[in-house]
Amino acid sequence: MAKLIISVDGQVLDEVELVKERTTIGRKPHNDVRIENLAVSGEHAAIVTILNDSFLEDLGSTNGTTVNGHPIKKHFLQNSDVVEIGKYKLKYINEKASQSAPGDFEKTMVLRPSQVAASQPSAPSAPGTVRIGDPATARPNGFSDPTATTPGPLPSFAPGLIGQAGPSPVATQISPDQPLSALPPAVAPALQAGPTLAPAPRPASPPPAAIQILTGPSAGKELDLVKNLTTLGKPGVQVAVITRRPHGFFVTHVEGAQYPSVNGRSLDAQPRQLHDHDIIELAGVKMEFFHKPG
Amino acid sequence: MIDLSNALTMACSTDPGMVRSHNEDSLAIEPGIGLAVLADGMGGYNAGEVASGIAVALIREEVRKALADSDPSRAEPSPTLRAERVLREQAAKANASIFKSAQDQPQYAGMGTTLVTVLFANNQVTVAHIGDSRLYRLRGDSFEQVTRDHSLLQEQIDSGMISKEDARHSMNKNLVTRALGVDPEVETEIHSYEVLPGDIYLLCSDGLSDMIPESEIHSTLDTLKANLQLAADQLVQTANDYGGRDNVSVVLVQVNERFSSEAGWMSRFMSWLK
Repeated sequence: MAKLIISVDGQVLDEVELVKERTTIGRKPHNDVRIENLAVSGEHAAIVTILNDSFLEDLGSTNGTTVNGHPIKKHFLQNSDVVEIGKYKLKYINEKASQSAPGDFEKTMVLRPSQVAASQPSAPSAPGTVRIGDPATARPNGFSDPTATTPGPLPSFAPGLIGQAGPSPVATQISPDQPLSALPPAVAPALQAGPTLAPAPRPASPPPAAIQILTGPSAGKELDLVKNLTTLGKPGVQVAVITRRPHGFFVTHVEGAQYPSVNGRSLDAQPRQLHDHDIIELAGVKMEFFHKPG
Repeated sequence: MIDLSNALTMACSTDPGMVRSHNEDSLAIEPGIGLAVLADGMGGYNAGEVASGIAVALIREEVRKALADSDPSRAEPSPTLRAERVLREQAAKANASIFKSAQDQPQYAGMGTTLVTVLFANNQVTVAHIGDSRLYRLRGDSFEQVTRDHSLLQEQIDSGMISKEDARHSMNKNLVTRALGVDPEVETEIHSYEVLPGDIYLLCSDGLSDMIPESEIHSTLDTLKANLQLAADQLVQTANDYGGRDNVSVVLVQVNERFSSEAGWMSRFMSWLK
């Protein structure tokens, strides 16, 4: 469950769990997160939460909303973003990303179309309302109410989720009136956890390398292998490609009746890993592969 | 029936990836009839494989039969309309078949699959898709996504809640809003497009498009298009080098020449003479 840690001048005032589809922030009493400060508009901003994603929207406030120092109208919140409203800081924490087991990565699940339409924010106020401003009321009734600390109603579209999540042997159909806490234990965490989020990191690169042409008109020229794919040769005649992969460089035949050779041995259709000072011969031109210092 | 195996070159590659123990993706290519099918199954244990396997095997077999069936009473005004009808009917059949297996066998309950399939006829490509498996097209310098995912994320992008750049960071990537075999009926999205010689079409499961930036898919395809099989293998390998979190599957189709299927009166006359 994502949450907001609310602070002013470095002093933490409160923590708010984003249990509702729409959490409103503003000065007026009906807001879920109430900030009693004149710099804050009556209805200042809202956070829409759909499963594990939260979106912040400024509701046309007078003094604006910033995220990590940049003014925003709409913003897709990322873990540890700092939202600033007046002198109040709301830090967005969503640790689910680092908690999911690697095996849960991006398991595809189906969301029924009928439920998607229902996912538009429309939830009425529910327990979980917070009031901030007066230190004496920093933990007001609504928030200390035990019902507010249990997960709120499941977002209205989640009931239609089916598909395989977690280790349960068969997919589970979740009926619309079933609260999340009543789900089989294997399914509930999987629904909440979702996949991990970081986009795929760029693969590691091997140490830098280059080839030097040894024969022919371009003899002496050096070519740094800085791209993942470097093609050599003449299109339509003979082409080979050197691929850069996390664990090294490989040469593969691409086209042409003749296959290139490495250290005098002809390649087959398979890639061949290159080692320091290997000699590649392609269309009668010899070149040397070598690792660059540093 | 016109044999398209000269007009089209096809290649495919699939791999379980670096994390998953088994491959729930299925694919098939039939250059002769201009058909390629790719499906990404979901469901517990091997149910995902079963669902995608049913979809691919059934569509491959039934499309072949449907195209061979030249019953004049069912003749359409154009080969493209015929291709659209064939894909719509076969996707519905696959849906019913998977749905029924899931109902009949408890171990398959809830299984489903995405689908992207292309059928080439008369200088057109007809694409049918359901879920988040995609079709891309490389034409000249431009590499474009042809299909639009049926996913929660795509709907969020459409409604302006989230930008396309942010989408790569979304946690809701894996939620599809349509799948084959989870309901008694399914709405298959079908479109047809003109093809040009030199076009390369790429069908893939989300294990490719989620792992590799689009620009890198583009450059790989562009660099290796002289060897389509190598390009397909290279794309799968790159997805694995990026972490290979999901099963990854790729089908590539290169258009070598035009392929009118409507034989003109002249060629019909010529073949009558033979």
